[in-house]
Amino acid sequence: MTKTLRALLGATALAALAGAAIAETTITVATVNNGDMVRMQGLMDDFYAKNPDIKVEWVTLEENVLRQNVTTDIATGGGQYDVITIGTYEVPIWAKQGWLEGLNDLPADYDIDDLLPAIRGGLTVDGTLYASPFYGESSFVNYRKDLAEKAGITIPDAPSWDEIKAAAAAMTDTEAGIYGICLRGKAGWGENMAFLTTMANSYGARWFDENWQPQFDSPEWKAVMTDYVELLTKYGPPGASNNGYNENLTLSLQGKCAMRMDATVSAGSLTDPAQSEFADQVGFALAPDAGLGKRANWLWAWSLAIPASSDAKEASKAFVNWATNKDYIALVASKEGWRNAPPGTRTSLYANPEYAALPFAKMTIDSINAADPTNPATKPVPYVGVQFVAIPEFAGLATSVGEIFSAALAGQKTVDEALAEAQALSVEEMTAAGYIQ
Amino acid sequence: MATHSSRLAARLMVAPSVVVLFIWMIVPLAMTIYYSFRLYRLISPERAGWTGFRNYAWFLNSPEFWQAISNTLLLVGGVLVITVILGTLIALLIDQPVWGQGPLRILVISPFFVMPPVAASIWENLFMHPQNGMFASFALGLGMKPILFMEQYPMASVIFIVAWEWLPFATLILLTALQSLSSEQLEAAEMDGATALDRFRYIILPHLTRAITVVILIQTIFLLGIFGEIFTTTQGGPGSASTTLPYMIFKQAIAAKDIGRAAAGGIIAVILANIVAYFLMRGIGRHLDA
Amino acid sequence: MARAVSRRHKVVVTLAAWSVALIIFFPVLWMILTSFKTETSAVASPPQLFTADWTLENYAEVWARSDYPRFFGNSVVISVGSTLLGLAIAIPAAWAMAFVPGKRTKDLLMWMLSTKMMPAVAVMIPVYLIFLRTGLIDTRIGLVIALMLMNLPIIIWMLYTYFKEIPAEILEAARMDGAGLWGEIVHVLTPMALPGIASTMLLNIILAWNEAFWTIVLTTTNAAPLSAFIASFSAPQGLFYAKLSAASAMAILPILILGWFSQKQLVRGLTFGAVK
Repeated sequence: MTKTLRALLGATALAALAGAAIAETTITVATVNNGDMVRMQGLMDDFYAKNPDIKVEWVTLEENVLRQNVTTDIATGGGQYDVITIGTYEVPIWAKQGWLEGLNDLPADYDIDDLLPAIRGGLTVDGTLYASPFYGESSFVNYRKDLAEKAGITIPDAPSWDEIKAAAAAMTDTEAGIYGICLRGKAGWGENMAFLTTMANSYGARWFDENWQPQFDSPEWKAVMTDYVELLTKYGPPGASNNGYNENLTLSLQGKCAMRMDATVSAGSLTDPAQSEFADQVGFALAPDAGLGKRANWLWAWSLAIPASSDAKEASKAFVNWATNKDYIALVASKEGWRNAPPGTRTSLYANPEYAALPFAKMTIDSINAADPTNPATKPVPYVGVQFVAIPEFAGLATSVGEIFSAALAGQKTVDEALAEAQALSVEEMTAAGYIQ
Repeated sequence: MATHSSRLAARLMVAPSVVVLFIWMIVPLAMTIYYSFRLYRLISPERAGWTGFRNYAWFLNSPEFWQAISNTLLLVGGVLVITVILGTLIALLIDQPVWGQGPLRILVISPFFVMPPVAASIWENLFMHPQNGMFASFALGLGMKPILFMEQYPMASVIFIVAWEWLPFATLILLTALQSLSSEQLEAAEMDGATALDRFRYIILPHLTRAITVVILIQTIFLLGIFGEIFTTTQGGPGSASTTLPYMIFKQAIAAKDIGRAAAGGIIAVILANIVAYFLMRGIGRHLDA
Repeated sequence: MARAVSRRHKVVVTLAAWSVALIIFFPVLWMILTSFKTETSAVASPPQLFTADWTLENYAEVWARSDYPRFFGNSVVISVGSTLLGLAIAIPAAWAMAFVPGKRTKDLLMWMLSTKMMPAVAVMIPVYLIFLRTGLIDTRIGLVIALMLMNLPIIIWMLYTYFKEIPAEILEAARMDGAGLWGEIVHVLTPMALPGIASTMLLNIILAWNEAFWTIVLTTTNAAPLSAFIASFSAPQGLFYAKLSAASAMAILPILILGWFSQKQLVRGLTFGAVK
């Protein structure tokens, strides 16, 4: 009797289990079309093997379009996405709006304490982690060693702006189509303004003073813009005002940029012989400083977050855990080599001797650790964020300022005109937004 | 012929179109008017309220505004001039007997089948790019400096790309019109000793007036709203050198997430479109006894 | 003599016409060629034609990276669906306007066209909210409705101009024979207007296929057509020209082929009443 009962109960339990396995949960994951995310989509077999009851639908879009769609969805409570890819700028703002699901309850094997402190700090609000970093980046200098050698110069591991200027001048060979330095010129808060804000930090400039008063009328910003425009017009590629991250990366892969200051994450592509014939000639250096104690490097993490409006939070958490776990990094390394492992999120990655042997590993981690979002400038500021100001108004304001600066780079405006315009515009917007009383 | 009952039937047949179009027009328009008087930023919803005409004032006082208006008109006008003139010439050319007429016409209308973002990205990356584009290679080959299309001539570059996309449409309509021109009339004129130019001036051009009117009208409606090509290529820059009114609205809606301002811009754009339409109908409407 | 002259004339015209045609077509051709090159070869300067590394790798990668058949299927459903629905609503309207014109018919037509004057970006949030609240977001039927409404004025206008060209006497004759209203449309009007309806259909399929704003704003996965497919290949990190070219070729080829086969119809049909 008891035996029969037990067998019966067992059968029921099995049936229930089978039923659960058949009840498939579908989650919609929105992601940018960057290399590391595309790679993840190719490794989904591993996820399905571990989570047979979850089906993932991808929405892969170019960064600007993705941001537009995801923001519209989350701000109107659309609930179309279960996992979204957002950056360090959005996470604290959206978390404060109550739009994101807290991630403190991820399973123990997620090992939250393994996250790099600087990255984790940027994604945490009031002690709760609101997004899990997929890859993190700072910015540094990459250059062609062969050209430096030919020009008879050495670029130190921790250069100053003066050394960068001298190197750019020495390596420029316009006849041969070699440009001394490639920097972002395309207008946008995540394009030229990301770079210029870090450059400003190293020059002792800042966006706002303690009373949210814009600072573009300061001598420091004038020095920043003067040097920036001079560097790019003298030694940069023609048409630099239309060059963003991707254009400069392309030029670097082709070997046309002797030097470039940009995201650390591109090191994987730059050193990949399949993508660039100059892969074995790439050298790296920290972002430059002006002797004021701050280097011009930023801090960013593309991260996976779960909108509060998602109706499949458990399945989404399982996915976020899988995609940002240590095991995922190991999986990528085993399938595609350590060079392609998503960088900049976990301490354990940089402790791994195989990864540490890569030419860019140490520079990357040093750059990330050198960025301090809570104390970005040499002077006190009322905001958090290294290459951005973590307030909702920043994206719109910085894009408008970016357009003005891009016009200055194109020679349509003088540096003084551009700075005066940027100042007037910022004062107007900050007053309208209620920051300036 | 138009009896009472057929009038009623006709009304019933037109009604569905009118009703759906009216809803499609009035609901978003009403919402847009509502938002245009509201402070509504997507990412700071807690700061919402009535703002009176502040959104409109922002738009009208923006240093970009008048440039955006003139760029919009420049884009529409530039593309119209290029497509009408080239379209007429090409239509005249391919209307004549040639070998391989079928494949030839296919090639001529091919740009029409290319999605606008694709068209813009082909031109920007494969042709106009200052380092990797084909034009730059030609310039270097000739010992000249590559032209910086997107930096120095952003508006001209955008107009060029859009004109390429719309050239087939203009050519097709003009070609169709040409085909209906009786060849006897032309032959008679030729017999009377009229030169080719005379024939074009006094017979062909008058015959094409209606077709040209149609091209202008339809293209204007589409061109007034163009921003995708600008987004793909110059992003309205450098500065605001290639910012049009729709792109200015796009920036408020997408970059700044300021729905109130974008709505005010939309209403301004509707007013502008109506002004353009008014002058258009006054100028060429009489050719259109529709 | 006259023959020789006209022959020489034909040679000259043929050469000129083909040169123009090839110049116009060249960007498309170059994009297709680029799609068969390696990424490094695609950006080589000077441009490589005979020395390029040819490969099918880009197509393989684009195919592997995204569910092309689904995007393609959505594009077909949305463009054909919106056109058919548009025709169903527009044919009666255009018929009535052409054969029972009132004083306000012309104004009505102009008003219909004017509904296209609101810039899409300005009504993005209102339309998005409407679609969200009605559950039409990311559904094919939602996109069919949106694109139908967008192109309806053009459809009505095109049909109206065709119908106007049909001599009223034919209808009178049919009426004398006792054909009802429906009979008029089915037996008389439709056969005569069929070429016009066909080219209206073609033009609107093309317009709907190429639409790249609403199709991205109003979809995520289920209804996303080829415009969204393209947006997943533009401006990623690293070299992407060849892959973008391959994706672009895959997105435009179906409609290009359709256009090629129906070229005659398009050339004949795109009158918009422009022919007297």
